[in-house]
Amino acid sequence: MRFVARWCLALLLLMPVLSRADALRGTGNLGLVVERATGSVLIVDATERKSIGRVEGLGDLSHASAVFSPDQRYAYVFGRDGGLTKVDMLTSTITRRIVQAGNSIGGAISDDGALIAVSNYEPGGVKIFDARTLDPVANIPATGEGGKSSKTVGLVDLPGRRFAWALYDAGEIWIADLTHVETPAITRLTDVGKLPYDGNVTPDGRHYLAGLFGEDGVVHVDTWRAPLKAERILSGYGRGQEALPVYKMPHLEGWGAAGDKLLLPAVGHHELIAVDLRSFAEVGRTATHGQPVFAVARPDGRHVWVNFAHPFNDTIEIVDTETLKVIHRLTPGPAVLHMEFTPRGNEVWVSVRDADRIDVYDAASFAKKTEIPAQKPSGIFFTARATRIGQ
Amino acid sequence: MWPSVALASAVAIGPAAAGDADVDAARNTARLANLVRQDCGSCHGLTLKGGLGKPLTPDHLSAWSRDQLVSIVLDGVPGTPMPPWRPLLSEADARWIVEHLQQGDLP
Repeated sequence: MRFVARWCLALLLLMPVLSRADALRGTGNLGLVVERATGSVLIVDATERKSIGRVEGLGDLSHASAVFSPDQRYAYVFGRDGGLTKVDMLTSTITRRIVQAGNSIGGAISDDGALIAVSNYEPGGVKIFDARTLDPVANIPATGEGGKSSKTVGLVDLPGRRFAWALYDAGEIWIADLTHVETPAITRLTDVGKLPYDGNVTPDGRHYLAGLFGEDGVVHVDTWRAPLKAERILSGYGRGQEALPVYKMPHLEGWGAAGDKLLLPAVGHHELIAVDLRSFAEVGRTATHGQPVFAVARPDGRHVWVNFAHPFNDTIEIVDTETLKVIHRLTPGPAVLHMEFTPRGNEVWVSVRDADRIDVYDAASFAKKTEIPAQKPSGIFFTARATRIGQ
Repeated sequence: MWPSVALASAVAIGPAAAGDADVDAARNTARLANLVRQDCGSCHGLTLKGGLGKPLTPDHLSAWSRDQLVSIVLDGVPGTPMPPWRPLLSEADARWIVEHLQQGDLP
C-alpha cells in the first residue's frame, strides 16, 4: 500500500515536468500573419501549415509590418496608428504595447537586438525604443535641409548598430549610428531626388537603395564608402513613356536580390528592372502583367515571385532570374497582398485578402498545398527574418 | 394566345428585375465601400485617418467642395502619388464616394 502511494506521489510530482516537456517547442518555424481589418495577428506554424493562435488588440494594422527578436521569440509589430506591439510568439499574447506616434509606416531592429526604431509620418521622424521594455531612448525628428518636416520611409537596420531611412518630403537619406544611443551620430545625404517612397538594403547589408516616386530613378548609397554619398542610378528608366496611374505604391521590402542581380519594380510601368549588383547598371527588363508591388526572391535566388497593384492584384507571376522571363502565372484570387518564402525556400505563403485566406504553394512545382483561413490577411512574416540584415 | 403569354412573362419579370436592380445596387455599394477602405486605405489608412496620403475624414475634407473632390478622385493630383481613378470608376461612383466621405457615413 505504502509502495503504491509512493509511486502515485512520484507520478504526480513528475506530471508537471512531463507536461512541460511536451509543451516545449522552438520558434524557428513560426510566423506571424497580419489581419489588417481586425487589428489582430495570427501565429502560424510553418511546418504544420496551420494557425496556432490569434492575438487581438493591435490597433490599426492597415499598413503593418513586423521584425523579430534575435531569439525569435518576440515579434515587434508596427501599426499604422503609431502602435508598437511586442508579441510573444510562444504564448500568443501581447507582452507590451505602446502608441508612440500619430501615424507610422514601419520599423527595424538593431543588429544587436537591443533597439527598435520606428519610422513615423506624423510627426515625421524616427523614434528609438529599448527592445526589452519598449521605453523610449531617442527621438530623431525628420527636418529637411530647408527646415521642412518630413515623413520618413524605407527604414532598415545596417551593421554596426546603424539604421538608414529616407525623408519622403525633403528628398534626403539619413544614416544614423546608434553605438551611443543618447547621442546618435547622423549622416545626412541631401538633395537625393524627388519623393523617395521606400528604401531597402541588400542582403549583405552593404548597399542602401531608395526608389523615387517624383522622378524616374533610384538612389544608391554604398555604405562601405567614406564619406557616404548618394548616387543616382537608372535615371529616366521610363524613357519618356508616360507613366501609368499608380494605384498602389511598390514595396522594396523582400526585393528580388538574386545572385548577381536585383529585380526592382518600375514605378508606373508594367515592368521589373534588373540591376547588376556590382555596377548598379541596368542589365535587363521583364514585362509583367501589371505594376509590380512586391518582387520577392526565392532564398536561393533562382525565381522571383511578383504581385501587382489594383486592378491586377489577383495574379502572381514567377520570373526566372537567369533568363528574366515570366515562366509561370498563378491567379490565387482577389487582392493578393503579400508573399513570404519559408526560410529555405521550399514553399511560398500568399495572403489573399478578399478571399480571407492564406494559400501555401510548393515553390518548385507551383502546386497549391493547402489553404489556411485568415481574416483579411496582409503581411506574412516568418521568424527566420530575425537572422537577416534589413528585415 | 401570344399576347397573353407575353403579358404574363412581363408581369413575372417585373418584380424580379427590380429585385435584381436592388441586388446590383447593394453589390455596387459593397464594392465601392470595400475599394475605399482597402485600396484608398493603402495610402490614406484603413480608418481613413491618413498615411502617405491626407486624411479623408469629414473635417479634413470640408476645405473642398464636392465637385473639387470628385475631380480629384477622377483626375488625381499631378506631382503627388494621388492617381486618376477615371479608368476604374465612373463619375457616379466618384460622387457616391465623395458624398459618403464628406458625410462620414461610408457603409
